[in-house]
Amino acid sequence: MMVVCDNRTMGKSLFQKVWERHTVRQLPGGQVQLFIGAHLIHEVTSPQAFGMLRDLGLGVPHPERTFATVDHIVPTDTRLRPYEDSLAEGMIVALEDACREFGIRYFGPETGHQGIVHVIGPELGITQPGMTIACGDSHTSTHGAFGAIAFGIGTTQVRDVLATQTLALAPLKVRRIHVTGKLGPGVYAKDIILHVIRVLGVNGGTGFAYEYAGPTIEALSMEERMTICNMSIEGGARVGYVNPDEKTYEFLKGREYSPKGEAWDRALAYWKEIASDPDATFDDVVEIDAADIAPTVTWGINPGQAIAVNERVPSESEAADATERASIHEALEYMKLEGGAPIKGTKVDVCFIGSCTNGRLSDFREVASFLKGKKVAPGVRALAVPGSQEVARAAIAEGLDKVFEEAGFEWREAGCSMCLAMNPDKLIGAQLCASSSNRNFKGRQGSPTGRTILMSPVMVAAAAVEGVVADARETFGIRAESN
Amino acid sequence: MALEKITKVAGRGVTVAGDDIDTDRIIPARFMKCVTFDGLGRYFFYDVRFDENEQPRRHNLNDARFAGASILISGRNFGCGSSREHAPQAIAKAGFRAVIAEGFAEIFFGNSTTLGLPCVILSAQDVRKLSSLVEREPQTQITIDLEKQLVTAGDLSLPLTIKPAAREALTTGQWDPIGKLLEGREDVERTAASLAYLQF
Repeated sequence: MMVVCDNRTMGKSLFQKVWERHTVRQLPGGQVQLFIGAHLIHEVTSPQAFGMLRDLGLGVPHPERTFATVDHIVPTDTRLRPYEDSLAEGMIVALEDACREFGIRYFGPETGHQGIVHVIGPELGITQPGMTIACGDSHTSTHGAFGAIAFGIGTTQVRDVLATQTLALAPLKVRRIHVTGKLGPGVYAKDIILHVIRVLGVNGGTGFAYEYAGPTIEALSMEERMTICNMSIEGGARVGYVNPDEKTYEFLKGREYSPKGEAWDRALAYWKEIASDPDATFDDVVEIDAADIAPTVTWGINPGQAIAVNERVPSESEAADATERASIHEALEYMKLEGGAPIKGTKVDVCFIGSCTNGRLSDFREVASFLKGKKVAPGVRALAVPGSQEVARAAIAEGLDKVFEEAGFEWREAGCSMCLAMNPDKLIGAQLCASSSNRNFKGRQGSPTGRTILMSPVMVAAAAVEGVVADARETFGIRAESN
Repeated sequence: MALEKITKVAGRGVTVAGDDIDTDRIIPARFMKCVTFDGLGRYFFYDVRFDENEQPRRHNLNDARFAGASILISGRNFGCGSSREHAPQAIAKAGFRAVIAEGFAEIFFGNSTTLGLPCVILSAQDVRKLSSLVEREPQTQITIDLEKQLVTAGDLSLPLTIKPAAREALTTGQWDPIGKLLEGREDVERTAASLAYLQF
């Protein structure tokens, strides 16, 4: 039988639909001028953009579509101004002044809504399905958890959005990552994304938007979906998203900037319409079985260099070619790990729970449920850093801060903290950190020789309690609920 | 906006070997506490060039034979990680005018193009050939020809690839898109009005 393929009726992915609706016009060379629905800015990559506007004599025609906060350089021990670090203070003042000058909403610490830009966007209901969202931060992909097309941009592009509410961009291909099966006990969203990056590589997603789909993804909470979308960029994909569903709508209902009344009904109709069609075509489809995923940890200097916690660290002799051999050699040398040795039992100095990847209420709740009655091992410094003031308030209301403090964690104020260590929270020397953040690059956590092992927050807590990289399922006796 | 038409970049090269060179490596976050990009050249690949006691390491970037190089050569997935424009800014402010690699991370590529810093791709094999030529003869003049889409150096003539939009933008002097974007003002308002969602 001959199948007639009609382009007009062929199914489309969410990416294609949102892209089309936000296309202002075609530009030369295959790019389009793309309308940006919401723009988020912070103190590190945006003050320079305002300087560029002033130099060019340009204004901000849509200040209502840009939202500002401070997250990267804020200290997490004190909120007293001026900050001890005069450079940090200067950057915050520059952002505050620019927001005042251009009429942009600013969520500073005094508002009670400050936090990591990717935590507060969803919290305030700014992040919505079918929206284009840009921010001068690569983890903007986080907002894709709501079915938004959200991506990181550079500072000159921040200028472009401020001045025109648009960007010049070429469309992406779409790869559907279809996850089926049930996650094992003690296996979390963080493990799914570390596994995906391990399988597809740190540059496997270049040129692609990742659509995370399938029953395993649908079963995840909004916060878990954010963890997955957050690290899309670590797999090379600038955009990652999940199709919106009832959980998405439920999450957004009643939030400060969520639509209300009639506007809600209109928005809801739009949100339902932009989800990928059942017959949507994709440029690539990858199948992942959740049963294959174990608690995962990195061993090297990029997020793709990951293994299951019970595996051994790769050795140079296993390398397929000279390039891989060189990369294993470099990673082992930097990490001071021995090829072929188990990763379990590796001594840790610092444990960090926080960041835009895993600094939300559900992360602290889950860890606290295991941490009660346990103590951080002697000599280990453990930090719990809420992703936002709102997360902190909710956690404190539930008494989670006390659970962390009684176990020996420092409970800090909201910010990016030791994920990139632009504030005073830094590793010292070659300290090794078990971290719930997103990057294990050389020097990432503030010391040029500091070492990072990425893992889920519960695995970080297990490392804190044992003083070494541990299997949280053993440390906390996490077993399957049934059978 | 009338900008320089970048059709050719010529200069000497230096290799920063390795794949997945991330933007934290190119410019460590601790040097990003600044409200302008002006002084970033000093901190370009800082922890690659200096050890924890601020002593120069043995590295091509510290090697007098490669002093004055203006074309950076590297491996796969160059510029991965953070979206910080500080990375291409630091490269440019350190005196580099182009990057040749086996591949680029997307955000880095876009940021570089917007600054008029061409990033061109050669095959892994061709990067090796070019690197070993530069290693043997650091004075070799490398020419990146964006119109002919060729990298030439000594006897080598290597086909390069670059995204069509970037090539067009660079060679026609429209690599900063602000002019084009400002032209579309009315279309922007029309698109905004057609969207069902949000009035913040």
